[in-house]
Amino acid sequence: MTTQEIAISRPAELKMPLLERLHELAVTVDHKKLGLMYIVSALIFLVIAGLMASVIRMQLALPNNNLVGPATFNRLFTVHGTVMVFFVGMPIIAGFMNYLVPLMIGARDMAFPRLNAFGYWMFLFGGFLLFFSYIGAPGLAGAGSAPDVGWFAYAPLTGRAFSRGSSTDYWTLSLLVSSVGSLVSAINVVATVVSLRCKGMTLMRMPLFVWLAFVVAGMIILAIPPLSAAQIMLMLDRFLGAHFFDTQAGGSAVLWQHFFWIFGHPEVYILMIPGFAIASEVIPVFSRKPIFGYPIMVAATVAIGSISVSVWAHHMFSVGMTAMGNTFFAASTMLVAVPTGIKIFNWLATMYGGKLRFELPMVFCIAFLFQFLIAGLTGVMMSVAPFDWQLTDSYFVVAHFHYVLVGAFIFTIFAGIYYWYPKATGRMPDKTLGLWHFWLFAIGFHLTFDTMHIPGLLGMPRRIYTYDPGRGWEIFNLISTIGAVFQAAGVLFFVINLVRSYRKGRPAGSDPWDAWTLEWLTPSPPPEYNFETLPEVLSRRPLWDLKHPEDPDWKYE
Amino acid sequence: MNNTHALTLAAESAEWPLPSRRKIAVISVIVTEGALFTIFAVAYLYYIGKSLTGPFPAEVLEPPILATICLLGSSATIVLAERAFKRGAAGTFKLWWLVTIVLAVSFLAWTALEWHKLIYRYNLTISTNLFGTSFYSLVGLHATHVIAGLILLTLVFVFSLRGLMTQVYSEHIEMLSWYWHFVDGVWVVVFTVVYVIGR
Repeated sequence: MTTQEIAISRPAELKMPLLERLHELAVTVDHKKLGLMYIVSALIFLVIAGLMASVIRMQLALPNNNLVGPATFNRLFTVHGTVMVFFVGMPIIAGFMNYLVPLMIGARDMAFPRLNAFGYWMFLFGGFLLFFSYIGAPGLAGAGSAPDVGWFAYAPLTGRAFSRGSSTDYWTLSLLVSSVGSLVSAINVVATVVSLRCKGMTLMRMPLFVWLAFVVAGMIILAIPPLSAAQIMLMLDRFLGAHFFDTQAGGSAVLWQHFFWIFGHPEVYILMIPGFAIASEVIPVFSRKPIFGYPIMVAATVAIGSISVSVWAHHMFSVGMTAMGNTFFAASTMLVAVPTGIKIFNWLATMYGGKLRFELPMVFCIAFLFQFLIAGLTGVMMSVAPFDWQLTDSYFVVAHFHYVLVGAFIFTIFAGIYYWYPKATGRMPDKTLGLWHFWLFAIGFHLTFDTMHIPGLLGMPRRIYTYDPGRGWEIFNLISTIGAVFQAAGVLFFVINLVRSYRKGRPAGSDPWDAWTLEWLTPSPPPEYNFETLPEVLSRRPLWDLKHPEDPDWKYE
Repeated sequence: MNNTHALTLAAESAEWPLPSRRKIAVISVIVTEGALFTIFAVAYLYYIGKSLTGPFPAEVLEPPILATICLLGSSATIVLAERAFKRGAAGTFKLWWLVTIVLAVSFLAWTALEWHKLIYRYNLTISTNLFGTSFYSLVGLHATHVIAGLILLTLVFVFSLRGLMTQVYSEHIEMLSWYWHFVDGVWVVVFTVVYVIGR
């Protein structure tokens, strides 16, 4: 194609020598560069932690398998979980929020650009610290390697007596460091959304992505400190001989569980709401209709955020809480399903009667809708305390939360990357490669995680490194592992697509999807200052107003 | 599609006031710090009476009335300093700012004496029992915040002595005072939890 020959105006620094480009990355405070650095680093961590998951799946493919031993297996699932939540999920949402929030509200940068850079480097070095544990953790004690206490690190496993060497300390410190990064980036988002909106951008005219990012940032501000506090207590226990989680001295192992899940459950929504945010931008644009029920979507998000801080102990039904406690947390957990259901209906209503365009972002969002529905339904099942007593710590739970985090979260992240790829690089992603990615990943996802529910129902506990034949688990585990191969192949197509389209993709122009939010007003890729003159908006869809002066939105809002 | 000014055609030209980003950030920091303190206070409350061995709080703790007056008083003096600064009265500002610093140092000195007494007379350390564990971590976390505030207060004082604190920094002074009020407010909670409920 001749259009491929057209040069894309890339930022000048991309023509500089490699060393200068690296220096530029190290000192940049530009929200777009930092956003992309967040996303690319997170994708690299995603591939590493994904390969760890593949090893876990290969070990479990056959009964009495001996690919890795029990100790290595414990490290694999601990590091896989920790990396996926803290060094893939958190930075990738920070990346999307950093890149998009200033562009969408018509600002030139975040409120505190240097703080923003600080947050990124805290996250990155936190990640390095965690992986360094593989060689650093034995330390002077000569015991231990990577952390092996599970991603929620229950006491008393983390006590000095049971976790020798420094592996648990690496887990604690790396998360404390990266939590500081998450906190400052959340504070930055809040300050940006409140204080830097362009003229006319009232709160109820903000794109839904910005609204949801705002809610997520507020949740991070409230939910991260409980984790940090619990980790500081754990450090005091391990280094100074304090007794917070030391049951021998009257301390409480259950208190750790409470503190961890006061963080841990809002964390699920901190990851998932940005996924909703991406779907809320993609689905209207590719249905050619404004989002259905904008105020209800905002209200439902705020409701999810509020309710999610009072559901944490549904992770703890089996520790022996009072009947009152179990009832409260079961009821509050079921309550979350209401605003979440409202969202699903609103997305469906947006698509209903629309002129659907099945571009890459849209196909991922449609799959997300189906998969998130199932993930939510198993969630409501688990909220019934007696049902949870039967299935807690089984592969049913593993299947449930992977349905949320892969089937819903990662699918929307893929949608978001394909949707804004033209904006960030100036070139279109390749649709054929993208569809290969979609089908391989979707098929692999369903092979792995649909079947994984069944061994859970049959009683297979999570975190076992192998199992005896003859329990009816073999075929399901084998299918799960085959699914992992499909998923890995899908991700390979994704990476090839990103790299290839960056060089050879069709030039995108400023607004390839005919979208309505302010980021599509800027050239692709946007200049460092974003907007030459700051825009003014009159409605929720400023670019619609611009393209249709005869029938603008602000007449009806 | 590159003309941004087309959007402004129909726009109203009214004022567009937005809150200060500095204030929003400080409020966020205070909220997140509040969440951190809440967890430590909950741990303290949860562990009241759970120590297996002594010393117990009723035997060794005395309510720090004087130190509390010092710290809460410093919240008042910093407001006086802030008002003087906004009036442009540099001398009065420096005086009240110094008084604030002296009050903060007095509070920390009292904490140091209390800890010295607990450690050397009663043999209570962080590893002695659950009381020691939760006491030193909660009071220590608060004292850490007082020390951080004290460093900032001292920096501002040094700058003001050298004549560098111009009206440009009016909002910075206000934000520091907000943080200081927060630290004092947390002390009211810590006092209630440790010296009233916990004894």
